[in-house]
Amino acid sequence: MTRTFSMGGVHPSDSKISRGCAIEVLPTPPTVYIQLSQHIGAPAKPLVAVGDSVKVGQPIAEPGGFVSAYIHSSVSGKVKSIAPRKDLAGNNQMCIEITVEGDEWMEGIDTSDTLITDIIDDNKAILDKIRLGGVVGLGGATFPTHVKLSPPPGKKCEMLIINGCECEPYLTSDFRTLLEKGEQVVVGTAIIKQVLGVDKATIGIEDNKPEAIAHINEVLASLRKVSPKFEGIEVMSLMKKYPEGGEKQLIDAVMGRQVASGGLPIDVGAVVQNVATALAVYDAVQKNKPIIDNSVTVTGECFPRQANLLVRVGTPLSYIVDYLGGMPADAAKVISGGPMMGRAIANMDAATLKGTSALLFLTEKQTRREPEGPCIRCGKCAQACPMGLEPFLLNRLARAGKVEELEDNAVQDCIECGCCLYSCPAHIPLLDIIRPAKGQVIGLIRARKAAQAAK
Amino acid sequence: MSRLLVSPSPHIHAKESTASLMRDVVIALIPAVLVSVVFYGWKELLVLAVSVLSCLVLEYVITRYMMKKENNTLCDFSAAVTGILLALNLPYTTPWWVVFIGAAVAIGVGKMTFGGLGQNVFNPALVGRVFLLVSYPTYMTHWEAPQSLFGVDAVSGPTPLGIIKEGLLQGNTVPQLMADNGLNYGQMLFASVGGSAGEISAIALLIGFVYLLVKKVIRPHITLSIWATVAVVSLIFWLCAPDRFTDPLFNLLTGGMILGSCFMATDYVTSPMSVKGGIIFGIGIGFITMMIRYFGSYPEGMSFAILIMNATVPLLNMWFHQKKYGRA
Ligand code: SF4
Ligand code: SF4
Repeated sequence: MTRTFSMGGVHPSDSKISRGCAIEVLPTPPTVYIQLSQHIGAPAKPLVAVGDSVKVGQPIAEPGGFVSAYIHSSVSGKVKSIAPRKDLAGNNQMCIEITVEGDEWMEGIDTSDTLITDIIDDNKAILDKIRLGGVVGLGGATFPTHVKLSPPPGKKCEMLIINGCECEPYLTSDFRTLLEKGEQVVVGTAIIKQVLGVDKATIGIEDNKPEAIAHINEVLASLRKVSPKFEGIEVMSLMKKYPEGGEKQLIDAVMGRQVASGGLPIDVGAVVQNVATALAVYDAVQKNKPIIDNSVTVTGECFPRQANLLVRVGTPLSYIVDYLGGMPADAAKVISGGPMMGRAIANMDAATLKGTSALLFLTEKQTRREPEGPCIRCGKCAQACPMGLEPFLLNRLARAGKVEELEDNAVQDCIECGCCLYSCPAHIPLLDIIRPAKGQVIGLIRARKAAQAAK
Repeated sequence: MSRLLVSPSPHIHAKESTASLMRDVVIALIPAVLVSVVFYGWKELLVLAVSVLSCLVLEYVITRYMMKKENNTLCDFSAAVTGILLALNLPYTTPWWVVFIGAAVAIGVGKMTFGGLGQNVFNPALVGRVFLLVSYPTYMTHWEAPQSLFGVDAVSGPTPLGIIKEGLLQGNTVPQLMADNGLNYGQMLFASVGGSAGEISAIALLIGFVYLLVKKVIRPHITLSIWATVAVVSLIFWLCAPDRFTDPLFNLLTGGMILGSCFMATDYVTSPMSVKGGIIFGIGIGFITMMIRYFGSYPEGMSFAILIMNATVPLLNMWFHQKKYGRA
């Protein structure tokens, strides 16, 4: 039996139709729009003014708080404007607009392909490089990585988990990264492991990616000969099941431990980082290269050409689509991310962010929601919930406005994975109803804590 | 560029729908329906047709004209399931108008008075059946020599459970009754005698049950806990007094045990949501069934046992929840 998380989960069709497409470099667009808020936490503060010339990799915004991140120019050229612009969802966000001129990089950035396996011993210097490189978690949450790698005093990390599950259907950018940049990912893993001071690191990969598992095992075998710093890193094959890559589910699958409600992974001795983040750490620490690009899967049965592209941060989505053959006529919905947790895009003129992992095109038929019927009490939603919640009950309580009972039934633990809504044969929009109820309960819990602290 | 659809995640849905699940239940019942028609002939076909048609028509009329729902549940196969289950719970000799009354009670009282699909507390087909059992006992326990479609010789007579109950009252012993009446397990497993149509072949029903398990329409815990309870309870009594009490295998194979435990007790709407609740529900059904069979005045107790346990489901749902992640 391959390992997996202990409760719930669903098996949507894999649909990884772009898995055979090697990562190709997207030509630099004429203009990029770099958003100041690309991470969880405070937006960054601009360091440049309109009219300034910038180079690739030059910091153009600095952290706006403790939990925040540097942002770098992804191109060379002139700052044309610093102004609000509509993001993916159609909301206004401050963006730095840069007109591209040439492709001149900052001094000190190593743009060669040479693999650097020597890791410096000074962890403080490494953390600084990660911070200055604007590295954020690229697995979805975009939490500043240097913060996550500095566990609060008194908490001890026992296991670093590198998330290579890519459990969402359609997505293949992490898979391609493992295949094509496996060495860099492993070195990045060793760096993070050293910073955390842990002996063990596990790279978890779902068993629908046997090539990636085999490749990383080979890489590990050869790197172990180079330095003892690669000892203790292992690959774990995990069962293909969504949401295997959910942080809490992955910890359960790899370590057999469960993070208590309201707790953090570090409470059970775990730190989880994603494959793309490990690569970004490698780039920042070994190559002095900040996050200026990332790989994006562009896919969908209706889309003319499947691709995994290396895209400069701030590239307009429409530029990517035009490069690959234009918007298909029957695409009804474009999603940033996967079909289970990704967000529907309202505005194709918006630009990519550091954390943009995929553009998925679905037809009306693929994404149709059938009319809602009565709950037949089949319990399929509860069987699917990876948090062990009872969505049918939460749905009923939310519609009745019973906030206290919602809290008693742990609505605040919902990870919004969508398994319940996906499974419900009566097509009840369970998560649509649960999401706001969760927000309400979390708000109440916060208010209660604040009131207690004030006493 | 056309306007893009913007709605919250998830953006895809599993293929299963209420209709596809109910359709799977209908498919799972096909072997049992075929066997019963082959053995009991056109009369059984008539019972089935009247039952299913009445259920469908009544469902439509009530949802459309009395409850004034636009979106009626006719196309979701749930009424068809009720119709087939009711028919399989009746003797093939039941007159058409009695079948119709059963269907009317099943859909009208069992399902719609609670608010329709998903709201009912009791299994509608069983409500219909028990109503007929109480109101028209003559038709429900009246047997004629069956005319088989293909000339298979079927024997007339009361159900095995009825034979034993009667015989015991007259002072006979179980082994003697089994031998005198030619009751054997092979017969019960493949094609039994007497009783309602659905009791005829345990194998046909089990094929359907396995189909439902494989298609993941239902989980096995309720059915298994019923079987285990029936086996344990009857084993204890049988070991103590083999003359007075029937053995476990006999009890598992007769009296609608398979039909009830595989298809009626596992009904989504009227069974508990959690596995723990389901196991207790199953134990309750098994125990009550055996108490009625051994000590009650009706020869078989499955229908009553399921209905009684149906009533406890809201409580079981309140008491038992599945384990949550990261919580004790
Ligand atoms: S979205 Fe929330 S309630 Fe629904 S299955 Fe996921 S965790 Fe459970
Ligand atoms: S999956 Fe849908 S129909 Fe089934 S119990 Fe949950 S809410 Fe009800």
